[in-house]
Amino acid sequence: MNPAELDLSTPTNASEAVLVAEKVSKRFPGTVALDGVDFTVYAGAVNVLIGENGAGKSTLMKILAGVDQPTSGRLLLNGVPVEFKSTREAAQAGIGIIFQELNLYPNLSISENIFVARELTRSGVVQHRLQEQITAELLERLEQPLKPGMLVRDLRMGQQQIVEIAKALSQNVRILIMDEPTSALTAAETEALFRIIADLKANGVAIIYISHKLEELLRIGDYVTVLRDGKLAAAAPARNVTVPWMIERMVGRSVNAPRHRIWTKTNGHQPVLEVKNLSLPRVGGGFTLENVSLTLRRGEILAIFGLMGAGRTELFECLMGMRPEASGEVLLNGRRLQHETVRERIDLGVMLVPEDRQRLGLVQKLSVAQNITLANLNRLVTWFWLSDRRETAEITAMIRSLAIKTSSPKQSITALSGGNQQKVVIAKSLLTEPRVLMLDEPTRGIDVGAKAEIFEIMNQLAEKGLAVLFVSSELPEMFTIPDRVIVLSKGKITGEFLHDELNEEALVLAAGARQQTEHPVPAAQPS
Amino acid sequence: MSAITSPAPSAPPVRSKAFGLSLGVLLFRLRALIALFVLIGIFSILTPAFFTEQNLIILVGQTAINAIMAVGMTFVILTGGIDLSVGSTVGFSAMISGLLINRGVEIPPLGVALYFNIPMVIVLCLLLGVIVGAFNGILITRFNVAPFIATLGTLYVARGAAQLSNDGATFPNLVGRPELGNTGFPILGAGSVLGIPIVIWIMVVFAAVAAFIAGKTPFGRQVYAVGGNERAAELSGIYVNRIKMRVYMICGLCAAMTGLITASQLVAAHPAVGESYELNAIAAVVLGGTSLAGGRGTMWGTIVGALVIGVLTNGLVLLGVQEFWKKVITGLVIILAVVLDQLQERFQQRLALKRA
Repeated sequence: MNPAELDLSTPTNASEAVLVAEKVSKRFPGTVALDGVDFTVYAGAVNVLIGENGAGKSTLMKILAGVDQPTSGRLLLNGVPVEFKSTREAAQAGIGIIFQELNLYPNLSISENIFVARELTRSGVVQHRLQEQITAELLERLEQPLKPGMLVRDLRMGQQQIVEIAKALSQNVRILIMDEPTSALTAAETEALFRIIADLKANGVAIIYISHKLEELLRIGDYVTVLRDGKLAAAAPARNVTVPWMIERMVGRSVNAPRHRIWTKTNGHQPVLEVKNLSLPRVGGGFTLENVSLTLRRGEILAIFGLMGAGRTELFECLMGMRPEASGEVLLNGRRLQHETVRERIDLGVMLVPEDRQRLGLVQKLSVAQNITLANLNRLVTWFWLSDRRETAEITAMIRSLAIKTSSPKQSITALSGGNQQKVVIAKSLLTEPRVLMLDEPTRGIDVGAKAEIFEIMNQLAEKGLAVLFVSSELPEMFTIPDRVIVLSKGKITGEFLHDELNEEALVLAAGARQQTEHPVPAAQPS
Repeated sequence: MSAITSPAPSAPPVRSKAFGLSLGVLLFRLRALIALFVLIGIFSILTPAFFTEQNLIILVGQTAINAIMAVGMTFVILTGGIDLSVGSTVGFSAMISGLLINRGVEIPPLGVALYFNIPMVIVLCLLLGVIVGAFNGILITRFNVAPFIATLGTLYVARGAAQLSNDGATFPNLVGRPELGNTGFPILGAGSVLGIPIVIWIMVVFAAVAAFIAGKTPFGRQVYAVGGNERAAELSGIYVNRIKMRVYMICGLCAAMTGLITASQLVAAHPAVGESYELNAIAAVVLGGTSLAGGRGTMWGTIVGALVIGVLTNGLVLLGVQEFWKKVITGLVIILAVVLDQLQERFQQRLALKRA
């Protein structure tokens, strides 16, 4: 008897179930990460898995990929019970995984990364040329103009993600798990990935696809499984599914779109931050930012929209004083900023919530509490030591006002979900009492519920008179809370829209705008 | 009654498992302390001479020298750095104390020598240690030299300077002369207060102050942050280079203190004093559970680590174990400590992974 046939809860059609998780549970001290979850993976189909952070998606994937073993329940591969004690065993069974956090060696080349630990050798010598040849073919398939010999260190985040995907593709997987593969990809790269996915599907490969971008899931998904609080919330074929349906199953309630505040220049019109003709030269000629000017007023939320590489992150780095080579003028409350250090700028009221939480936002070895107060230690000193009482007061106030979900302030920061980690970074920034808060891709890699919460936090901050500047590459976000949107393309401002004037087409057009021809074309991409 | 029967039937196994795991973590964290008690137990059984008041005072006194150095080293290692120059700084500081006491500072044009009283000598030598540390710090922060290389260089420079200070000869008989007002130096190493040697008091004060700094001050928190994630620390407005400078200066100060104590105990300053001390200090830090990668560790752990090494050395001597075997055993213990450190790192990573 084929146990897979017993699985009647999931709608079936022509596709066959290649991998089935039956009543899988995973318990950790104090928590149940997965609670009797059934999950069926169909061959030749995109099996979408969604859920808020902490719903158990990652835990389930780790069990499927052999990283973790279930506390109870079992896995059936082609109807045969299997146990994976390591990722190696899972890989031998044809299961590959692309982790959300990149697992690449920045000091090695693309091809070395792809073949790491399974180098092609002849009598013990690595066949670099052969490896590079295969890598070149993979990259071509992914439509990437990258050379196999390039160091991963020199690649953008999105390109690194492509390498990670190429690595999984090179292993002839039957089941491929993709955890947020498009979070750092540009629109074009995403399209290329989707074509690859269609290709893999046609070859009978089962794809397990995790993402927070719901529209994207509906486009490519065949089956949708929703987890909530470690339990199976729903499973249905994608054709019966809508975005509100998914949100409701994920959150357990319907999420309202973030409200738009009513902001007029009359309830706060004094400029807080003025940027005049900011330019940032690029190594090797040209500019990363060119003559960028903008004004940010009290109580205003200004969004900067642009694709990867438009110079958005660099703009923030300039404003934080991390780019001494930048030219132009930055005025904060009318005072010209010149050589101030990061600390001095923080004290003057500028604070950044960086894009890369893990590398720039958090100190993983410190607790939730210690991360929250990290930028603000000197204000918590009585005599010459940190006042426990004041520290605890500030921390509890922040945890409460931002609704950070943590079992205790002393908990390790790594135990929190992405959304809550982001709230910790925001909490840290708010404690410095900024006047200008800059957020770089504040909703990256966090779930729908947390996204709405973060936007609401930004709303409330603006209502209190803070000037909020945030960067995003997600078009729908431009229509949520910003009062004004500035579009950046290749280091230049190519558009500016008030909330009422926003339209999708114009935004996309401006974001993709080419440089004017009068601009000397830097010796880019010698072919 | 109902309160007792209320837990679900499935709860007990889960709870015991959770308890077992957290107990395991706890035992693992306290491994140095457990090792210390085990060693004390073993030596107490094997030789009656071990667990006597007299021997314990000797033991702690011997440990103190290493512990004071290790306290400074802990700050450096917490930032993810390392200081190989402390042994040479010990020698340098000892020699300078000898120079100041026996020969004074000669002022050639006047043909006279300037002598300082003992508190002044101590202050000057400590200052010297701070300067050596600042030198390391400048190399590491301004010139981006890897801490291992920078302090390796300083190891040679400071040792050479120690030898140059008296042409490779010893400064003997550091008792000072009453007419110069610089007597009393040996009290530092041999004196005692309330029946406990001053050396031990110094260790306790250094450890307590260091634990306070590490645990309670903004500086201490910033040290952990720099070791945990330098770039995130920088973006939080922490002056990373300033923190690094200071930890090497503290480390130099602790090494100089050790040099003073050693010279005082010997009532002489020998240019080779302190050779390979840096390794004992690093061993104590690692034994105490501080991660060589930075960002994790405690001062009390370091003191326990130093005590483990002290007990081991003392016990093996009392048992009459041959000097060579002593080295083998000490080495194996250090290796074991690093292996355990790695295991703990892996253990915690897996724990974090599982929780995610």
